Amino acid sequence: MKNMKKTTKNNLITYGIVIVAFVVVQLLIMTGNISSLLEGLMVPLCMYVILAVSLNLVVGILGELSLGHAGFMCVGAFSSAFFSLYTEDIITVAPLRFFLALLIGIITAAIFGILIGIPVLRLKGDYLAIVTLAFGEIIKNLVNVLYIGKDENGLHFSMKDAMSMNMDAATGKILINGPQGITGTPNDSTFSIGIVLVLITLFIVLNLINSRDGRAIMAIRDNRIAAESVGINITKYKLMAFSISAGMAGAAGVLYAHNLSSLTATTNNFGYNMSISILVFVVLGGIGSIRGSMIAAVILTLLPELLRGLSDYRMLIYAIVLIIMMLFNWSPKSIEWREKHLAFLKRNKEAKES
Amino acid sequence: MTALLEVKNLGISFGGLRAVNNFEVSIKKEELYGLIGPNGAGKTTIFNLLTGVYRPDSGKVILDGQDITGKKIIDINKAGIARTFQNIRLFKQLSVLDNVKVGLHNNHHYNTLEGIFRLPRYRTVEKEMNEKAMELLKVFDLDKEAEYQAANLPYGKQRKLEIARALATEPKLLLLDEPAAGMNPNETGELMDTIRFVRDQFHMTILLIEHDMKLVSGICEELTVLNFGEVLAQGETSAVLNDPQVITAYLGE
Repeated sequence: MKNMKKTTKNNLITYGIVIVAFVVVQLLIMTGNISSLLEGLMVPLCMYVILAVSLNLVVGILGELSLGHAGFMCVGAFSSAFFSLYTEDIITVAPLRFFLALLIGIITAAIFGILIGIPVLRLKGDYLAIVTLAFGEIIKNLVNVLYIGKDENGLHFSMKDAMSMNMDAATGKILINGPQGITGTPNDSTFSIGIVLVLITLFIVLNLINSRDGRAIMAIRDNRIAAESVGINITKYKLMAFSISAGMAGAAGVLYAHNLSSLTATTNNFGYNMSISILVFVVLGGIGSIRGSMIAAVILTLLPELLRGLSDYRMLIYAIVLIIMMLFNWSPKSIEWREKHLAFLKRNKEAKES
Repeated sequence: MTALLEVKNLGISFGGLRAVNNFEVSIKKEELYGLIGPNGAGKTTIFNLLTGVYRPDSGKVILDGQDITGKKIIDINKAGIARTFQNIRLFKQLSVLDNVKVGLHNNHHYNTLEGIFRLPRYRTVEKEMNEKAMELLKVFDLDKEAEYQAANLPYGKQRKLEIARALATEPKLLLLDEPAAGMNPNETGELMDTIRFVRDQFHMTILLIEHDMKLVSGICEELTVLNFGEVLAQGETSAVLNDPQVITAYLGE
């Protein structure tokens, strides 16, 4: 049908943008036209895009405000880094190990999504936002007091300190060391893997939206009572959206953990700061617009780095850009102007809405 | 003919207020049944009791021989009751077509993975759903607006879309809560034809709440008049409307 073709075309454009961006960056890297700083930013960039797209599934498609997204990322990061470190000597093929770590990160985060989602999704609006924020912080703080080590007798576990694990001194090795986190995670993340994960995330989210389940999720967003009255199982679909989103945040966490040699849980990477940043990407990119959150994530991640030369004025300009983007996306005047002068954008918007 | 819907001694209290008391009704298959009464008489409360929004304190609801008293909203919909709302509740940001397709949700299945990976079953089932939904939209003369966002439809068409969506769930009994509210006489006339058509075409049993007496006397075969949560009069439309008690309740003494 016409509708199908239109959305398919739109999805292809979105994939196209990602692939073109990948090729351009690769060319820049090969010709040496990109600073090492920017090059190092490429994996985090993929991570932010995955986080923004996955949060949009909850905020834009399910219509529930979640402020604990970084918590799921934290779960994905630590479970996968733990796995990689634990099996570093057993599985020597790096891609296979990374793939398994990825699966473990995604599944653990998704399970946390379900466990947290069951109590939390009974709430709505502001209450849901506050409770998810709390859960995000709880996860971060739990990770900070977690000690796991291994020796010849197997795994040891403590919530107190490294000493109380009573490990064998000769063969013992601390894997997760409380606030010091995990050190020595194999650096398996690459820009190419990141892009592949971005594409997979987009593929899943975009196809989910245009399927039976996606329609049910959006129906709940638009009118819960009506959705229930036509026989939509509210709990099931809310949990589905929430756990898929959590799983994807877990994948972003895996990417993050395997990009750094030392992984610690701080407010900046897994706390509410991060959750709010991701929410900013989603809101500025346009709630419910997948491509929008992707682009917003890229611009807002690159911007502080590109503005580094302006030193003190950097964050000022960043803030101004935020405001301008907000106005451009949401103000009625600017929407009117866009409709008049940027007809091609309007066409895309219509297709997105349908 | 046996009754499709049999309600006995239905009642509910909110705090000290007995909103519905001892409500009884028996609706035959393919009947057009009206539920009228002054504002606050408890009509919508009865709809909410029948569809599982509220749990009754007392009484029984039997649909087609199946006891559905106090069941959940989803289960009651699956058992065969669909409804529209007094204040329209569409999926505003979805297209008109998708609104109906959400209604088709439980009668057409493929799982999440088949949906995400666009497996063959996704294609065949989606095609079926599209055809079914377009058929329904055609009945309500909405097929040209299939791609519109539901929020952008004019009022009268939004009401029709709500009926189409309810019908998509393939109910045995359709509950319409003030379908003509806010419509002009022309639109109301058109709506009356549509309701009759739905009854004949889909062999549907319809229970409707309405204030528009022209519509009620025009299409309802039987009526129940409700006042202060209790049945005031019940029976054939013309007889009920001439009942002096009913006239008093509506017009005052």
